[in-house]
Amino acid sequence: MTPLLQLDAVTKRFGGLCAVSAARLEVQAGHTHGIIGPNGAGKTTLFNLITGIYTPDEGAIRFEGTNIAGFRPNQIAARGIGRTFQNIRLCRDLTVLDNVRMAYDVRLTSSTWSALLNLPSHRREEQRSIEGSFELLKAFGMDAMAGQLAGGLPYGLQRRLEIARALALKPRLLLLDEPAAGMNSAETLRLMEFLRWVREHFDVTLVLIEHHMKLVMGLCDHITVLDFGVTIADGTPAEIQGNRRVIDAYLGEEVEA
Amino acid sequence: MVGAFACLLLVSLVPLPFIVALLAVMVITAVLGALIERVAYRPLRQAPRVSAIITALGCGLVIQNTTLSLSPYARPMPRLFESRTFEFAGVTLNSLQLFIIGVSGVLMLGLDFVIRKTDWGIALRATASDRATVPLMGVPVNRVISLTFAVGGALAGAAGVLYSQAYPVVGAAMGALIGWKAFVAAVIGGIGSIRGAVLGGYILGVVEVTTVVVLPSTWRDLIAYSLLLVILIFKPNGLLGSAAQQKV
Repeated sequence: MTPLLQLDAVTKRFGGLCAVSAARLEVQAGHTHGIIGPNGAGKTTLFNLITGIYTPDEGAIRFEGTNIAGFRPNQIAARGIGRTFQNIRLCRDLTVLDNVRMAYDVRLTSSTWSALLNLPSHRREEQRSIEGSFELLKAFGMDAMAGQLAGGLPYGLQRRLEIARALALKPRLLLLDEPAAGMNSAETLRLMEFLRWVREHFDVTLVLIEHHMKLVMGLCDHITVLDFGVTIADGTPAEIQGNRRVIDAYLGEEVEA
Repeated sequence: MVGAFACLLLVSLVPLPFIVALLAVMVITAVLGALIERVAYRPLRQAPRVSAIITALGCGLVIQNTTLSLSPYARPMPRLFESRTFEFAGVTLNSLQLFIIGVSGVLMLGLDFVIRKTDWGIALRATASDRATVPLMGVPVNRVISLTFAVGGALAGAAGVLYSQAYPVVGAAMGALIGWKAFVAAVIGGIGSIRGAVLGGYILGVVEVTTVVVLPSTWRDLIAYSLLLVILIFKPNGLLGSAAQQKV
């Protein structure tokens, strides 16, 4: 079976720094895939490469068989890759509903002209977008706050809204960059349940960058470990936990006396 | 200025009804607006904010001086509108003034609706809010920005046509002072707030007219720009602008 997402020897340099070096990653459809590694290992750079913020210097990024390296971010998003951010990037001065709508509108098919002229066909589509966005918020238990400004929501709800916004694209692949950042262990447990629900309910493949090992080990089917931009291990949670190189990367190598 | 000249050129070539001429001019200036964005703004998208201001001033100079070299003298603008004067509750008005107020009102309400409610308006506000992130939500930022400049151009074109009907002399420099006044109105209302700009425009207009009634008319711009300074001191974000709070 061809993987949903496949990174083949992807390299990205910033000046002299090689942030990602010949990285390999294979994400199977339906799996939940974890990416772990020490700070500065190139995990977020990998997400930025997949979503088109950066273009790889070498290598191919295949999504559903198509090489999307060099595509513009909005084209990649429209193909079905959604993402959230380590530091929340909602449009703070837009309402909760509008934040979801801006992503939902990618599904609209009418042209700019019919939008400018406000043709009935376009208005019907717009109505669908509003209803669809509302439905999505309802599923997230956030429909009551649809009219509030996103920037005024408490932190936990902002994280939740960011996931809702990414799901409005109707993605096949959802990239989550440290979804548990800033959460205590009770909140992290709830997040784990929530992500399980998202996975089932929206039929989406998840890739998450995370430091919370409990979350990663409890949720993921497969884990890739990065260190200094290099893929150093790849396997099931059990395999990763016993991997010598991973332990070395996290704790430092033992010095032989 | 381009709007007024385009209108003058159009009606001297073909005798168009006023509304048709207005719409045609809006299309022309919309195309020009999108073109300016493509040539002068897009290459500077990643540059610091100051560069955008400098390129704006530069575009203004290029357009003004191109017009000046083609038409060094001011030209009279034919009246395209049969204007009747009448009195209403002690106020003398003519139908042209009412028409201008009406057209600008329709355009302002239309713009407000589009920005608040439509998908394009949401994409525009989202792009303004976080240009780096919204492409990842599938928003085609380039197209949104092009369209924004086109709409801005169309509205400026309409303003030029209406202005040249009220003050029927068309010259290369006619837009400069109006441009500054528009900027002052936007600052008074709060940059980024469309309703604020409308409010600022009316406040500025009323202040100017009142000044002329009470004080010598040469004081008009002095008072107007002093108002700007006072507002900037007490409300640096304008009347309806919201302060961008930076979390430290």
